[in-house]
Amino acid sequence: MSAVQIDTATVGPPTGGRPRESTAAAARRRLSRPWASLFAVVLAVLWTIPTFGLLVTSFRPAADINKSGWWTSFFDPNYTLENYQTVLSTDSAQSLAPSIMNSIVITIPAVVLPVFLATLAAYAFAWMSFRGRNVLFIAVFALQVVPIQVTLIPLLSLYVDIGVSGTFWAVWLSHTMFGLPLAVFLLHNFMQEIPGELIEAARVDGAGHVTIFFRLMLPMLKPAIAALGIYQFLWVWNDLLVALTFTGSSRDLAPMTVALLNLTGTRGSQWFLLSAGAFVSIIIPAIVFLSLQRYFVRGLLAGSVKG
Amino acid sequence: MNGMRKRRYTTIAASAAALALVLTACSSDDGGDGGTDGTGAPTADCADFEQYGDLSGKTITIYAGIVTPEDQPYVDSFKPFEDCTGAKVDYQADKQFEQQILVRAQAGNPPDIAIIPQPGLLAQLVATGTVVEAPEGVAANVDEFWGEDWKALGTVDGTFYAAPSGASVKSLVWYSPQEFEANGWEVPTTLDELKTLSDTIAADSGHKPWCAGIASDAATGWPVTDWMEDFVLREGGADVYDQWVSHEIAFNSEVPTKALDAVGEYLKNPDYVNGGFGDVSSIATTAFQDGGLPILEGQCSLHRMASFYAANFPQGTDISENGQIFAFYLPGKTAEDKPVLGAGEFVTAFADRPEVQALQEFWSSDTWANLKAQASVDLTNGGWITANKGLDPSILTNPIDKLSADILLDENAVFRFDGSDMMPAAVGSNAFWKEATSWITGQSTKDTLDKIEAAWPAS
Repeated sequence: MSAVQIDTATVGPPTGGRPRESTAAAARRRLSRPWASLFAVVLAVLWTIPTFGLLVTSFRPAADINKSGWWTSFFDPNYTLENYQTVLSTDSAQSLAPSIMNSIVITIPAVVLPVFLATLAAYAFAWMSFRGRNVLFIAVFALQVVPIQVTLIPLLSLYVDIGVSGTFWAVWLSHTMFGLPLAVFLLHNFMQEIPGELIEAARVDGAGHVTIFFRLMLPMLKPAIAALGIYQFLWVWNDLLVALTFTGSSRDLAPMTVALLNLTGTRGSQWFLLSAGAFVSIIIPAIVFLSLQRYFVRGLLAGSVKG
Repeated sequence: MNGMRKRRYTTIAASAAALALVLTACSSDDGGDGGTDGTGAPTADCADFEQYGDLSGKTITIYAGIVTPEDQPYVDSFKPFEDCTGAKVDYQADKQFEQQILVRAQAGNPPDIAIIPQPGLLAQLVATGTVVEAPEGVAANVDEFWGEDWKALGTVDGTFYAAPSGASVKSLVWYSPQEFEANGWEVPTTLDELKTLSDTIAADSGHKPWCAGIASDAATGWPVTDWMEDFVLREGGADVYDQWVSHEIAFNSEVPTKALDAVGEYLKNPDYVNGGFGDVSSIATTAFQDGGLPILEGQCSLHRMASFYAANFPQGTDISENGQIFAFYLPGKTAEDKPVLGAGEFVTAFADRPEVQALQEFWSSDTWANLKAQASVDLTNGGWITANKGLDPSILTNPIDKLSADILLDENAVFRFDGSDMMPAAVGSNAFWKEATSWITGQSTKDTLDKIEAAWPAS
């Protein structure tokens, strides 16, 4: 244990990286020029305008939404909380409240499962030598190319056969399957970057695969796991197709996205509720993203851009 | 460090407990015994249900595309059935129904009963081999309460599968009775009068007489197909209409061409459209939900759209014979001709268990029609009618529902189902919509019909 810690400490900072440092410094200098900053700010503002418009719209009464654009409300302020009341109140038929719970119940296992399995698999691919490792890895990587739409009907009939269709298991398993190839690939690249000396040192100290994985890899992988977790979280949270196909639209199982789809009513006459519904559904991902964003940026650079 | 770890475990424990609570909450309503309270639900005498026997502990799943708020009347209309027989009806719905039902049927996971809005989709589902024939009781009910026209719509290749449920009338023109009264305009009773009225409005009022909108995401263009169907019915009569829909005459043959040109005299006439929105091409970019709203603002006087459009006017709008908004029947060539274009839903079963057949039979009865009409009146202020002759018209309170029921049940009425819903999907929900949109934005009638004809799948 102590040896491992010392090793981490010595290997930690990148040594002998003079040219790289200067490129980084140059990039930083270039990016922090006033014009570049101004450009970034303008871009950010432009990017945010539609979301801001949605926010303003969500507070406007239905008749106004139907009649005029959101910007006109600044000259003629007329705001209401009615849309949010309809969307959130527990007794209204359009309420999103029960589906928020379903979304959470679906999302947590559908994130934890693939990320956990992918870490194990990535470790095996990166640091265990067995026959056919490369072929298998390429096969896993190639699975990313399969569009999920072609798998829907075969998967569903499989679930019917084993009796899990119409339960949360069908959704959890599907998201796990669809998430795994990319997760394995990203984590594998990340793990390979960890210096081999570190692993060897741990082996010399008598650590087996289990110890190396839990004591060495997991702590170092934290940023990558967090980044992947966010990816998977957003994907599962925003998914409509998988949920719709495998939950069979039962109200006890349907997540937020299905509720949002149905929010506008059979013929779309209630579409003014969408803006409020959208904001309700944004809240939880926004919290998750903001609380994990420093990992996200770090992990983005780590796994995907392999030098 | 220690304290932090402890706290983390507490959090995990807390979330696990929360999760457990959620899971129990989700599963707690499974053990229902069929419900005995029935508060707020329409009531019926249990004697009517004795024929179905005791179905305690049985569950029937229904899958449909009808979502809030129109789904609740359905759920409530089954309450007496649940209370008296002990069966449980599980109603599920989402707006992707038309795609999902095919996926579920092909994957071997269909619901017990689906509410199908198009005969074309019914034929597609029958082709998957999962649909079961309607039981005799249902056939007898349909013979008694609907008649041949409707029974034929639920029949595929000579086998009767699906009983009709709700219906809607599409041959309606929305207008403002108050505006008509103030200007001394009369509701037209023939197509010629409609034309004269349009000219009068265009000349007198200072605004364009008609407004329309056909934008509807992937289905953009469908309101034009309804216009055209209505005019094929009027130009060629019901028989030619049937031939046109079943492709016995070409899509670009004489009568359809005349019909689309007749539509063009309204929708592509810059003197007539597009009140409140702009020029002719603005029709293509206006959402169909918004298409008739300028009537309220006095910027437009006439809007042709189906009966369900009532829900699009803001809450509190006075929709009645002398109110702000009402509708009149899109007239036939003469005052005696009453061709009616409409749509409806069909109750299709994928299982032949006794409880499913019992529900099907109940569903096709006059008892159910009246319960459903009552539930719709109570919960959504109407907005639901059926062509079931057993429907008691006195239940309907909504003026538009009354009008629709009058039109549907009129002795002279010749009912025809929305043609695009019966054509093959490549035409009915693809080429027809797309070319109709191009037609609005400038494509000629001939090019439009030629292209749709070319898209008809060879069979």
